[in-house]
Amino acid sequence: MTVDRRTPRKNRFDADKFQLLLLIFPGLLMLVLFQYWPMWGAQIAFRDFVPSKGFWDSTWVGLKHFEQFFNSYYFEITIRNTVLLSLYQLVAGFPLPIIMALMLNYVMRSGAKKTLQTIFFAPNFISVTVVASMMFIMLSPSSGVVNHLIKSVGGQPVFFLAEPDWFYHIFTLSTIWQYTGVNTIIFMGVLAGVDPGLHESAMLDGAGKMRRMFSIDLPALMPVAIVLLILSFGRIMSIGFERAFLLQTPLNLSASEVIPTYLYKAGILGTGALPRYSFASAIGLFQGVINLGLVMVVNTVSKRISGQSLY
Amino acid sequence: MVRQQDKERRFDFLNVGILIFFAVVTLYPLYFVVIASISSPIDVNSGKVILFPVNLTFDGYREIFQYEPLWKGYINTVLYTALGTVINLVVTITSGYALSRQDLPWRRFLTFLFIFTLFFQGGLIPRYLVVKDLGLMNNLGAMIWPNALNVFYLMMCVTFFRTSIPQELHESARMDGCGTFRYFTRIVLPLSQALVAIMALYYGIFHWNSFFDAYMFLTDKDKYPIQVVLRDLIISNQSMSMDIDPMAADERQRLADLIKYGAIIFSSLPVLIVYPFLQRYFVKGAMIGAVKG
Repeated sequence: MTVDRRTPRKNRFDADKFQLLLLIFPGLLMLVLFQYWPMWGAQIAFRDFVPSKGFWDSTWVGLKHFEQFFNSYYFEITIRNTVLLSLYQLVAGFPLPIIMALMLNYVMRSGAKKTLQTIFFAPNFISVTVVASMMFIMLSPSSGVVNHLIKSVGGQPVFFLAEPDWFYHIFTLSTIWQYTGVNTIIFMGVLAGVDPGLHESAMLDGAGKMRRMFSIDLPALMPVAIVLLILSFGRIMSIGFERAFLLQTPLNLSASEVIPTYLYKAGILGTGALPRYSFASAIGLFQGVINLGLVMVVNTVSKRISGQSLY
Repeated sequence: MVRQQDKERRFDFLNVGILIFFAVVTLYPLYFVVIASISSPIDVNSGKVILFPVNLTFDGYREIFQYEPLWKGYINTVLYTALGTVINLVVTITSGYALSRQDLPWRRFLTFLFIFTLFFQGGLIPRYLVVKDLGLMNNLGAMIWPNALNVFYLMMCVTFFRTSIPQELHESARMDGCGTFRYFTRIVLPLSQALVAIMALYYGIFHWNSFFDAYMFLTDKDKYPIQVVLRDLIISNQSMSMDIDPMAADERQRLADLIKYGAIIFSSLPVLIVYPFLQRYFVKGAMIGAVKG
C-alpha cells in the first residue's frame, strides 16, 4: 500500500480510469456485437443481400423491398392485426392492475396480502410457451374444458384457435391473465408512499374506505398511470411476438399474422422459396423506425402533460 | 356510527371477495393442469376432470421418466440457464458499475450508446445473420452470447449503484489508495448482494422460459431446451396432426395426451417453487426498473 501512496496523484487517476474502461469492456463488446453490428447490417434492407457478399458488398437497390412490402397482400393485414391487438390489450388490460392494486391496498392483514400477491404474480413466471400450451389444451374443440362447459349448457363446440374471430380475445385474455398481477407492483409502490396523515384526517372527517379509495388513493395513482398510459402508446406497433407465434394456427392466420411473425416467415423460414433476407429486413426496419418515431412523439407528449419523460 | 361500521365491513367483505375471485381465476388453469396430470387421459378428454382428479393415475409421470426428449430438454435448459446467467451477471454488473461512476471517461457518450439500443434495434434478420456469421448457429454459444447483456437490466444496475452505494465510501477508499478493481470487488460487490440476487432472478427466469432464440438458432433436436420440446409436444401436435402415417400420428397423440400435463408441471415447477422465496427481490427489481436511470 505504501507504494500506492507514493504514486503521483495524476497517474493513479489514470489507472483508475483505465480500470473503469476495462470494467465496461465486456458489456460494450456485447453491445457492439449484438446491437450495433446488426444495426449496421440493417442496410441490407436497401440491398439485394447475398450471404457470400456480406452486408456492404451486396447490390444497392434503394427502396425496392419497402415498396414490395407496402404493395404486398400482407402489408395491410399485418399492420392492422399488430395495431388492433396492441390497442385491445391496452384498453382491456390497462385499468386492471390499477383496480387490483387499489383493492389489495385495503387488505389489512399483511399475511393475506402477501399470499394474494404471490398468487397474482405466479402466471408471470410461467413461460409464454406453457401459457400458449394451456390455451390449446383448455380450448380444444374435442377435449377442452371450455368446450365441455359449452356443450353441457347445450351449445355447439367452438374450435377457438381455428377461428380468426376468436384470436384477438384469446391473445388478449392470455396476456392479461399473465401480467395483470406483476403490473400492480408499481402502483402498490406508489400507494405505499401515500402520506398516512391524509388517511387519518379523512377518517376523522368520517370518510369510509370506499370514499378514501376514490378520493385519496386513486388520485395518488393518477400521475403514474397517465405517464404509463401515454408511454404504452409508443409500443403500439410492437407486440408479444412469441405469444402471437405460438397461438398461431394455419386457420387463424388472417387475425394472427402480425408484423414480426410475417417477417420471421419471410426472412428465416422462407415462404415457399429461399429466405428473403433483404425483404424481411426492410419490414423490420420499417417497424423499428415507426417504433422510434412513436416513442419520441409519445415522450414529448408525456413531457408536456406530466413533466415526466423516458430520457 | 353503527351504520358506518357496517358499511366498512361490507366494503371489506366485497373487497376480499373480489380479490379471492381474481385469485381463483389466476390459479384455476394451473390447478387444472395439476389434477389433469394425475387423472386418466380418457376422463380428462371427456371433460370429467373439472374440480378433482378422476381415476387417479401416475402413468403420465411414469411415461415422462421414459420420454427422452423431455429429459434432454430439461438438462439442456439447466445448462443454458446456469451458464447464461453467470455470464449475464458478469457482463451486466461490471458495465453497470462502470456506467454509474461519474469519472468514467466518455460517460455521457457511452451511456447514450447503451440506451439508444432500447429505442432502436437492427431487427431480427440482421441479428440472425450476425449470429450466423459468428458461427454460433446450432451451438451452445447461441443460447448465451446474443443475450449476454440486457440493456434494460443494465440500467437497473446503474440506478442501484447510484442510489445504494454512498459516494463518500468511494472517496475515502480512494484516499486510502484503493484502486477501482479492488474497490469494486472488495467493497461494492459485497454491498450489492441484493442487486446480484435481483439480476440472477431476472436473468435466470428469462433463460429458463426463453423459447424463440432456441427455436431459431438451434437445429439439432438434442440441443433443444425444454420450452421447445414442450411446444413440439403440445402445440404442434394439436394444430397440425397431419402425419403421413396415421398410426404413428395416433400413437404420438396418445403419448402427448398422457404426458402433456405432467410435462407442463415438470417444466414450470422450478420457477414456481423458487419465486415465492425471492419475491421481495423481484418486487425490488421492478421498483428500481420503474425509476428511470
